[in-house]
Amino acid sequence: MFFTYLARELRRRSRQAAVVAIGLGIGIGLVVTVSSASAGVKSAQTQVLHSLYGVGTDMTVTETPSTSTFGPQRFGGFAGGTRPTGPFSQTHVRTTPGSSTIAQSRVTEVGHLQDVNAATGGLSLTETAVSGTFGSSGSGPSSSTGTAPSFNFNSTSISGVQPTDTGVGLLSASDVTKGRYFKTSENDAKVAIVSSTYAKDKSLSVGSTVDVDGTSLRVIGIATPPSSSTSTDLYVPLGEAQTLAGIGAKVTTIYVSVNSASNVSTVQSEIKKLMPSATVTTSADLANEVTGSLSSASSLATDLGRWLAIAALLASFLVAALLMLAAVSRRVREFGTLKAIGWRTRRVTGQVMGEGLVQGAIGAVLGLVLGLIGVELVSAFAPTLTATVGPSFATGQGNPGGGTFPGGEGFRSRPGGFAGSGPGGGFANRFADLSHTVLVHLTAPIQGGTLGIAIGLALVGGLLAGTVGAWRAARMSPAEALRQVG
Amino acid sequence: MYELIDVSKHFSARGRVVAALEGVNLTIARGEFLAVRGPTGQGKTTLLTLLGALDRPTSGAVTYQDRNLATLSEVQLTELRAKSFGFIFQTFNLIPTLNAHENVQAALVPLRTSSAERHRRATEALESVGLSSRATHLPTELSGGQQQRVAIARALVKEPEVLLADEPTGNLDEETRSEIIGLMMNLWQERGLTLVVVTHDSTVARRATRVVHIRDGRLSVQGGSLVQR
Repeated sequence: MFFTYLARELRRRSRQAAVVAIGLGIGIGLVVTVSSASAGVKSAQTQVLHSLYGVGTDMTVTETPSTSTFGPQRFGGFAGGTRPTGPFSQTHVRTTPGSSTIAQSRVTEVGHLQDVNAATGGLSLTETAVSGTFGSSGSGPSSSTGTAPSFNFNSTSISGVQPTDTGVGLLSASDVTKGRYFKTSENDAKVAIVSSTYAKDKSLSVGSTVDVDGTSLRVIGIATPPSSSTSTDLYVPLGEAQTLAGIGAKVTTIYVSVNSASNVSTVQSEIKKLMPSATVTTSADLANEVTGSLSSASSLATDLGRWLAIAALLASFLVAALLMLAAVSRRVREFGTLKAIGWRTRRVTGQVMGEGLVQGAIGAVLGLVLGLIGVELVSAFAPTLTATVGPSFATGQGNPGGGTFPGGEGFRSRPGGFAGSGPGGGFANRFADLSHTVLVHLTAPIQGGTLGIAIGLALVGGLLAGTVGAWRAARMSPAEALRQVG
Repeated sequence: MYELIDVSKHFSARGRVVAALEGVNLTIARGEFLAVRGPTGQGKTTLLTLLGALDRPTSGAVTYQDRNLATLSEVQLTELRAKSFGFIFQTFNLIPTLNAHENVQAALVPLRTSSAERHRRATEALESVGLSSRATHLPTELSGGQQQRVAIARALVKEPEVLLADEPTGNLDEETRSEIIGLMMNLWQERGLTLVVVTHDSTVARRATRVVHIRDGRLSVQGGSLVQR
């Protein structure tokens, strides 16, 4: 009798039941979509952070750079101090402007700290190649006679990585999609792993050779790092990278993995004690630095999205409760009759609450369907978002684009004035890499917990509506109910 | 079976007190057919609701089988309504979404009988009112007379001791009225029920063993051997 009565009643007021179910469905659908979009944004943020300082890394250690690291890039080799004429070509490999070096022994010291899982060193280098032609009659930039010089700049970003794959750092074996990762014995070997973007641009494959400042490196692998916009073109064993830069046993970054998230702050403090002048950046610090459309999307999903979902849900609950109340009010005589023939109040209220619960269940199913559609739409049409993190020292100090000729005259880079080619681009692009930008395609992954919560909310909504109606039905006395006009 | 002693029922409406019943004294014997007559709005239905434990008197005592209904809890009153009282209403009051058979079964739900038992007894009840062929029809698919027959079946399926009918022929045409009254009379005689009928219909009143009149909430008796005011 319970289910027969319930089903017949819902069918009788099917339009009203549909309104309640649709209202609940929209609220639930929004909850699912917004929750999934938020999860997608969080996932994107994690992806961004991983790509910025590597997989499995909880913090990075760098030395605060001095202003001289932004100083003019010097190209030497002109004898006698005379101004050159004719064609000119020079290449050098230096640590990336804006970074300072750390003794490699520090990597071991950090690795021995308590609660540190692993520590690896990384060396960030830039190979800069300048070629062009000096003007005739010894003209230089400061000369007002003769033909103007023209130069081309090319730069290639190089990362020196420890050949042992500790799962911490800028590159891991799992990132290598063709060929292989470095062997432990290849610390000083003349081998390289190239990024897939660089390989495509330079038509490189496993077995090719690539020239770095006159040194031929054999390509042993092609990698697709976590983010497609990471700026490293070549990954080289750390020892070989140090040889190319001529800097000895030094690194520019120490990547640290901690045994537990709760120990991050402790380890951060210990490293600061060990290296007082170092900058220790945790993922939380890095997250605060992230700007760009990903950051905006995060705010949107968290603030506007959440409140929109809550508002829609509350509105749907209210509509459901009001409609249920109206339905019960129209059935006053019916409930009075049932009480008159001996139905207990709780039996009558149970019937009403059952109707509410079923409407909630229908709303849950509808909400899940709408939520899944919303998620698919977000994944299909979400724009590619950008996330930029820029350490504060990278803004506007020194002359990042400048260089000098021996003889002391300097030149300044002009936006577009010195053309660069290749993935690394010119000086301007290289310094843009200090404020690291990552492109991320937003998805909206559905999580089991979200679905469970959504179903629960819909059932609660239906039950709430049923309770409101049941309260009204319970308050009726049979005589009073029967006195109501039909 | 029933004894009403100085029963009054007052209602409050918009700050005013309306006396629906005032100082009613009445005794109803087991197996009696009592007709309650009077102009509209004089307290007839109110009397019926007190007899059927649908409401409580403002003052006085309504005693059913030596139990004062005014002192019983809501649960006890509900149980009485479930087992002992059958109701027939002027507007039939069938549940619109349930068919005839299910409407009759609804009266057995509070008795917690099994589904099979409910089905059997509902079938028998519909047979006794001559509506077996309409068991699966919804109320909207039945005539007024047929709906009232279903209501009678619903009232009688639980085998009550008392049948309380409020203007059972009020919404019926003359021919159907006769049928329904005839049916009720037969069932009353067959089952030894105590029957209390509120009616304007003089043909119904003529068939009663006793008639009482209510005017301005006060009772007067015509015929029979009951207490007079």
